[in-house]
Amino acid sequence: MHSVEIRNLDLSFGGLGVLKNLNLDIREGEFLVLLGSSGCGKSTLLNCIAGLLEVTNGQIFINGRNVTWAEPSERGIGMVFQSYALYPQMTVEGNLSFGLRNARMPKAEIEKRVTRAAEILQIEPLLKRKPAALSGGQRQRVAIGRALVRDVDVFLFDEPLSNLDAKLRADLRVELKQLHSRLGNTMIYVTHDQIEAMTLADRIAIMRGGVIEQLTSPDEIYNRPVNKYVADFVGSPSMNFMEGVIDGGIFRVGEARIPLDRYRASGRGDMSGPAWIGVRPEHVVTGDAAEGAAYAAEVPVELVEPMGSDTLVWTTFEGSRFRLRMDGQSQVRKGDRMRIGLALEQSSLFDSASEVRL
Amino acid sequence: MALVQNGARAESAATRAKPPIRLFRNLMPKIASIPMIFTALVVFVGGTIWTIVYSFTSSGLLPRLDWAGLQQYERLWETRRWIVSIQNLAIYGICSLVLTLLLGFVLAALLDRKIRFEDAFRTIFLYPFALSFIVTGLIWQWILNPEFGIQGIVRGLGWESFNFDPLYNADIVMYGLLIAGLWQGTGLIMCIMLAGLRGIDEDIWKATRIDGIPTWKTYVFVIIPMMRPVFVTSVVLIASGIVKLYDLVVAMTAGGPGIASEVPAKYVMNNMFGGQNMGQGFAASTMMLLSVVIILVPWAYLEFGGRKRG
Amino acid sequence: MADPGILGSTLPAADAVRERLSGPHGPRPKRALSGTNIMLYGTLLIVAMYYLLPLYVMLVTSVKGMPEIRLGNVFSPPMEITFQPWVKAWAEACTGINCDGLSRGFWNSVRILIPSVILSIAIASVNGYALSMWKFRGSELFFTILILGAFIPYQVMLYPIVIMLREAGLYGSLTGLVLVHVVFGMPINTLLFRNYFAAIPSELFKAARVDGAGFWGIYFRIVMPMSLPIFVVALIIQVTGIWNDFLFGVTYISSPERYPMTVQLNNIVNSVQGVKEYNVNMAATLLTGLVPLVIYFASGRLFVRGIAAGAVKG
Repeated sequence: MHSVEIRNLDLSFGGLGVLKNLNLDIREGEFLVLLGSSGCGKSTLLNCIAGLLEVTNGQIFINGRNVTWAEPSERGIGMVFQSYALYPQMTVEGNLSFGLRNARMPKAEIEKRVTRAAEILQIEPLLKRKPAALSGGQRQRVAIGRALVRDVDVFLFDEPLSNLDAKLRADLRVELKQLHSRLGNTMIYVTHDQIEAMTLADRIAIMRGGVIEQLTSPDEIYNRPVNKYVADFVGSPSMNFMEGVIDGGIFRVGEARIPLDRYRASGRGDMSGPAWIGVRPEHVVTGDAAEGAAYAAEVPVELVEPMGSDTLVWTTFEGSRFRLRMDGQSQVRKGDRMRIGLALEQSSLFDSASEVRL
Repeated sequence: MALVQNGARAESAATRAKPPIRLFRNLMPKIASIPMIFTALVVFVGGTIWTIVYSFTSSGLLPRLDWAGLQQYERLWETRRWIVSIQNLAIYGICSLVLTLLLGFVLAALLDRKIRFEDAFRTIFLYPFALSFIVTGLIWQWILNPEFGIQGIVRGLGWESFNFDPLYNADIVMYGLLIAGLWQGTGLIMCIMLAGLRGIDEDIWKATRIDGIPTWKTYVFVIIPMMRPVFVTSVVLIASGIVKLYDLVVAMTAGGPGIASEVPAKYVMNNMFGGQNMGQGFAASTMMLLSVVIILVPWAYLEFGGRKRG
Repeated sequence: MADPGILGSTLPAADAVRERLSGPHGPRPKRALSGTNIMLYGTLLIVAMYYLLPLYVMLVTSVKGMPEIRLGNVFSPPMEITFQPWVKAWAEACTGINCDGLSRGFWNSVRILIPSVILSIAIASVNGYALSMWKFRGSELFFTILILGAFIPYQVMLYPIVIMLREAGLYGSLTGLVLVHVVFGMPINTLLFRNYFAAIPSELFKAARVDGAGFWGIYFRIVMPMSLPIFVVALIIQVTGIWNDFLFGVTYISSPERYPMTVQLNNIVNSVQGVKEYNVNMAATLLTGLVPLVIYFASGRLFVRGIAAGAVKG
């Protein structure tokens, strides 16, 4: 049985479609990340699952029950918000128990559940404090605890880390991942941060304009993006693209003739005609490795950005801006010329018109 | 426990698998808004339409729906008391608008000059606003008393021919009202202006100082233009207050001497509740509404029309 | 059409005043005793005199005896202090046939004030809450009408309300007047609460819904405890506004026994019969102004916040 099923979901505000005939199945215990730029509908979708927005059409099932028109509190979901939305005038204990008190649960049971959640999240010493006296990490734990005490099936996260500074974000990311493996609940997590998506997700759904562009594992998303948008959106620095023509197993761009025999075609389109080739900066090889690549060329070094662990080199290849990632020890300088090779095994080809992976 | 809860959840969820009727979705906020909806639609819209409709009838002692066309309006504009009321309101209005803006801004600018005891001064300038027009009117009635008040004091100092008895002199009675009105109302505008001044980026002052622009020039050419929205708001506040001028007149002069300090709001009240002349009251109050519309429409255009373009 | 949201925010209302009264921005005067400074403080002191004088006159007149008033002028300090005028104003002054002083009007005003304030704040805060967090089809339209209604001269709506109250059997009663105050206090207070509540993060509201709180649960347990300051501001606006009202009192109260304090004060002072007792009049005036003055001096900056927002009422 799927934990969450979304069938033909439509949502429009004043005639403007925000979610368009969306279908999504989420497995029990899965960590699913909804990833996309702002306005893609990912938060809207999450709010629909939570019952905070009324859908225009379609159905939502949670644990097999049709909850399309159920109240948020009746859906078996808990939600963690970007600002954490802790009730400022209540103590941590009050925050944790608010939902249970609303459900008119007996006092003893409330206490038991609050204690257990506090134990799991290691916030027992904070129970009597007000949210204002907590650190960012502690607030996140309380926010999660609020869902935890209610014994919900599905946790919903709405960009819970994006208000924090970079270091704390990295710490809490790890904490979340550990928590998921401990609790084993289904978690749906909205973010625009691809690092969070890549590190946390079992599967990522990339959204654009109210539809899901690709839904698969982080590895697939990264290495075999289904279209040019996904390829461009995921990865930092982003993928290098060059537009050319495929003709008889050769990709022609400018003077270059790139043989495609090592490319793993998806079989979804014709391997001929105008197309884009996309190569990630780390899939451009240099030095001796370049000679072993499917295609090698000599290019000028135009700009060097040392980033510590690795170095980003900017160059021009057949008239297109091209970036390649080298390790942090490399001694390239602006004005040098260097040999580069394209690893076709890990590259992507997209049809020019439809932008679909070939 | 969890089982029981899940059961209850499933049951109530099952009943909601279909969308509820639109009107009944989130019913409680709609129920809770009934007083607001009633006030907006029945009292405000309904009442206004009712009055406008009845201003075209010949209602006398009681409102009656017998059509009289523009008869009430014709009578209104032939009535000397109404003409005087309009003139009075014009004099009071123009003076009050100009002086309140001027005093309000100057006081705010003075208070904004990093002075000591700013709180004390502000408290003093604003306290009259807490008082009612009745109290204001009665105090000033006493201070302007020709025998014991300002005129009496100056005469007592030896200047026997000094004349300042606005409440008994038909020519200047409106200025007597003005003194009291300004005393009561400038504090508010000062506070709004002060808020406007405080909203101006301090870097502006630094920039003008570096450029060597004199303080007064900075105020006139830089600060005041930047405070346009504050001035617009102030004008709307002062103007809508002027149209409602009533209590102060009742307390200070009761419209006298003669009809020298009559105002439109008082004309309405006298006809509606005193003169058993309903139709006149309705017509006069419709004219008041019209004047407010004339004030509000340009303001709404400036505030909202301009914003949409920008 | 005017969007009430913009309307609310363009008025440099509550929040702007609160934040902007934090510190002066103007150019710094150079030295303590420069010519500019003498001018500056001199002007301020003279203006302050103009504002304070009436309060002083009221106070000294109210503690003088009539013979002393006839001899002197309004500004002369009292030679002999007597509280007889105060006693008379409170307990003996006559309006018509009643000679039990302003105390009657005072208690009438209290009886009008308390239910009016409670009811109007309750309704306006729930309006503001519904308008900011539970928008429904048409809610913005009703709100726009409500705000525009604040600009309609009261005279336009006076008589239709007489008819409505008469139909309800409330014309002339204190209950009727209470309802009138609730109605006319609604626009400004609804605006005030709506703008305040709109600033509460919507995620808090969502979190409470996920936690199973409904319309009233969120209002009483989340929104209200967070919003104490705005309730105080509304309280100040309503208490001073309703206490100072004259027009509605004189229109909707039919018998002099039930007149609120302002109406009774005006009747006492401006009565044409008998000898004018200026000291009693001033004591009565001061007594009537006392309630708002106490609120004003006790509430300090909150009052400024309140009236700047309340000023919309005009």
